[in-house]
Amino acid sequence: MKMISRFGLGLLLSSSLVTTAHADDVKIGMITTLSGGGSHLGVDVRDGFMLALEQSGRDDVEVLIQDDARRPDLARTLANEFMQRDEVDILTGIIWSNLAMAVVPSVVRQGTFYLSPNAGPSDLAGRMCHENYFNVAYQNDNLHGAMGAYMREEGYERPIIMAPNYPAGTDALAGFKHLYEGEVVGELYTQMGQTDYAAEIAQIRDSDADSLFFFLPGGMGISFMKQWESSGVDMPIFGAAFSFDEILIKAVGSAAIGARNTSLWAYDLENEANDRFVEGFREAYDRTPTLYAAQGYDTANLILSALETAHPDDKDAFREALRAADFDSVRGEFRFGPNQHPIQDIYVREVVEGDDGEPTNRLIGVAIEDIQDVYYEQCQM
Amino acid sequence: MSVTLLIEQLLNGVQLGTMLFLMASGLTLVFGVMGLINLAHGSFYMVGAYATAAVTASTGSFLIGLAAGMTAAALVGALVELLVIRRLYHRPHLDQVLATFALILIFSEGTRWIFGSSPLWLSPPSWLTGFVTLPGDTRYPIYRLMLIGVGIAISIALYLLISRTRLGMRIRAGESDREMIGALGVNISKLYTLVFALGAALAGLAGALVGALQSVQVGMGEPVLILAFVVIVIGGIGSIKGALLGALLVGIVDTLGRVYLPIFFQAFMPPSEATGVGSALAAMLIYILMAVILAFKPKGLFSAHD
Amino acid sequence: MTNTTSLSKNAALAPEADRPFDRKGLVQMALLGLLLLLPVAAYFLGHIYYVNLASRITIIAMAAVGLNLAIGYGGMVSFGHAAYFGLGGYVAGISAYHAFDMTPFMTWPFSVPGSDNLLVIWLAAMLLCGLLALVIGAISLRTTGVYFIMITLAFAQMIYYFANSWPTYGGEDGLPIYIRNTLPLFNNNMLDSSDALTYFLICFTGLVLAMAITSRMMKSRFGAALTMARLNDVRLATAGISPYPIRLVAFVISAAITGLAGALYADLNGFVSPTMLSWHFSGELMVIVILGGVGRLYGPLAGAVLFVMMETFLGGVTQYWQLFLGLVLLGVVLFAKHGVMGWLAGRERNE
Repeated sequence: MKMISRFGLGLLLSSSLVTTAHADDVKIGMITTLSGGGSHLGVDVRDGFMLALEQSGRDDVEVLIQDDARRPDLARTLANEFMQRDEVDILTGIIWSNLAMAVVPSVVRQGTFYLSPNAGPSDLAGRMCHENYFNVAYQNDNLHGAMGAYMREEGYERPIIMAPNYPAGTDALAGFKHLYEGEVVGELYTQMGQTDYAAEIAQIRDSDADSLFFFLPGGMGISFMKQWESSGVDMPIFGAAFSFDEILIKAVGSAAIGARNTSLWAYDLENEANDRFVEGFREAYDRTPTLYAAQGYDTANLILSALETAHPDDKDAFREALRAADFDSVRGEFRFGPNQHPIQDIYVREVVEGDDGEPTNRLIGVAIEDIQDVYYEQCQM
Repeated sequence: MSVTLLIEQLLNGVQLGTMLFLMASGLTLVFGVMGLINLAHGSFYMVGAYATAAVTASTGSFLIGLAAGMTAAALVGALVELLVIRRLYHRPHLDQVLATFALILIFSEGTRWIFGSSPLWLSPPSWLTGFVTLPGDTRYPIYRLMLIGVGIAISIALYLLISRTRLGMRIRAGESDREMIGALGVNISKLYTLVFALGAALAGLAGALVGALQSVQVGMGEPVLILAFVVIVIGGIGSIKGALLGALLVGIVDTLGRVYLPIFFQAFMPPSEATGVGSALAAMLIYILMAVILAFKPKGLFSAHD
Repeated sequence: MTNTTSLSKNAALAPEADRPFDRKGLVQMALLGLLLLLPVAAYFLGHIYYVNLASRITIIAMAAVGLNLAIGYGGMVSFGHAAYFGLGGYVAGISAYHAFDMTPFMTWPFSVPGSDNLLVIWLAAMLLCGLLALVIGAISLRTTGVYFIMITLAFAQMIYYFANSWPTYGGEDGLPIYIRNTLPLFNNNMLDSSDALTYFLICFTGLVLAMAITSRMMKSRFGAALTMARLNDVRLATAGISPYPIRLVAFVISAAITGLAGALYADLNGFVSPTMLSWHFSGELMVIVILGGVGRLYGPLAGAVLFVMMETFLGGVTQYWQLFLGLVLLGVVLFAKHGVMGWLAGRERNE
């Protein structure tokens, strides 16, 4: 009997809590990866996002944050809770493309806005695009395609390429090949969360490649780089910033020095918004931000800029305000394409030894300007 | 496909096999002697890894860390036996499964609470990094060879323990007839605690050694536990020899399957799909192996008295 | 000792006269009544979240009813029932996927189109799960004890890894169902299955049916034979009945019930993932059965309520709630063998 009355009491109590929020407050639900290997991506997105909110000084924006532990089913449950129980206006935060594919289509079709601060799967840019879905970061292919273009320019004729076997991984290699416009020596697909790369390293050594391009985000990149270094294979390595962000290269150590990577942002990019961001971030969190933090920061600022002209309750007006993208991005110029994905420049960075002896990224040039994803034509918006 | 790759993967398979043997031997002893299924064995694997990681980080010595890991796992094992397992010996298997499942939950969430969800980094010591050159121009990491060595050493030690010592005699007697050895004056409770702690120590050792190769995180013992169960079912529950043979078989089949099946499928499928299908089949391979073996020998390859 | 080979003379197996208003009956009615009324109230107060929560409890209870038939009534400790739950879910998911995409699932030897009709999906789920259980059961039931437990686990693992790696239906990432499948009634009227309360009532009906079928079965001669097979199968054989086919039938029916629950679960969440096939979930189902009381008709329901309540409310307080679940479970196994129903409604006559 006690258990049943507790159930009833719990029901009554919870129902009384829903009525205390102000009608004008904006509620944002952030579902991101804060635990497990590679959690620094979610932590940085969150920290960048919250820094922007703090710097704005507004107090009418409430952010609810939950950890999805990189599980699609958990992300799904959290999204339902945010929408049904907490009635949020905007959802954001998802890092991984597979989680995004599980969550975003149903979220946007139920009328809630979703802004992606990282994941950019091709399906959501193309045939499954939706007017409530905005991607503030990049489309998955962009950075890889940019590196493909760069490597072709630099004269690497026989690259071997590698990525995990999941949507972002397959997008990565497809994107690379599309802009590399040549033949690759081999394509290796690994498992998500794989920790042992002995087999792949053996295959790379066996091939006659002159360079290695890979995409292994988070902890997978660290495991691979360490094993690569101890294997003694001598080949220049290239990748996207996802495998060479500030935190990863410090965890990898000397093995990362010399690697070149493409990124939509670098902390030594010179513009006012970026100065304000990097300084503020270093002061608040005592570390240098990664591109994920920059993306989180931009996402928050985009929302704040839209809030200047409209409230999410007025869906059409808010959507137009978002599309206008009238905010100062840390990347410099920022605009959306017709499928609400960014059109932006991609830079090249090299991992060098910093003043403190730790590896760091140094901006060395532009890989490609005004890159746009190739899927916007499939978008029926 | 190159011979280098084959030799390397064979060695990897043997290495996986020896680590599985460390897990499986504890499991099979506990079941053979005490008639108990212990799902929490994977938690001892995890405890060993965490203890080693923590102690290695603070003392700087991998060997001290390993000793600490084994000791911690043994102590935890003894504690669990005294507090929980003791009450389960005469219970039906369902109760044993559920109680030890509860232990898994307690250990996993408890570890997550204390250490957080991020993996701990544990690296092999510098004197074990690097590689040796084997015949056929293969380069193989020293650390993995060491694991194989440890596995062989432990199997010899276990063999000597079981067949040449009084403790071993009591264990073998316990496997044959539990009640009789009690009647003959052997302290059953102490024997059981000892056997349980020994199994836990071996699991902890395996966890620590593999943790340095991969990573130390919550739940790391569960996939290994399932494999260990397959090993003892194939090998015959209660047989150490069966555990060794089963472990090597499973280790080699699993490793070679994972590498070569995707390659095989790439001959007539695009790479991404080939990897998908190949991995799917590779993952199912050992269960198919188990089903086939059980079809011919329903109680596994060896009986408990081998 | 008297010769009691005739089953009907065995006091422990005789169906007891049902007295609906004794302690047990009152507890049972209270459980069902609250499960029905609270979500209805929540719906009209506008709290959809709690209606969906009740649906979740109902579905998990139904899955546990299936498992309880195997473990509690049949004495077959299946550690692989998640396989049926997951298969039911994937039937719903794959069917919806092909209906959405408008491509057929199979073209050879005959074309099998997708369907978003719930009745078709449920039928397919029960048939396929029954078939799978027939195959798995035929092999596994030839073993006993630990081997049975291990082999059921192993088969479920096989299916789990297969689903994880097979890329077409999402693999590890799972398969979303974008629009909930629909339930047509007579004269082409459609029940709006995407309405939370309607869907809850569908699930509730399913649970009640599953419990009614189980109850009916156990009161019949088949049920008596199954109980005897669990208690003492040699004795059953001396009465001229082979235990193996009885167990197999019970196993197949239990799988069909759990599979149907899986299909309902997929449509509730709009998502199927290999997690539904994991051995962790098999373990959780077993936990629910024992928490509620093994072999009790309302045990699965009581256990499911307790489990989901802990998951939701305790889980809201701490992310380490499974630690406490483990402690509770340990306590129940060691000290309170008869679970929640044993505590609330007292022991059964033959316990």
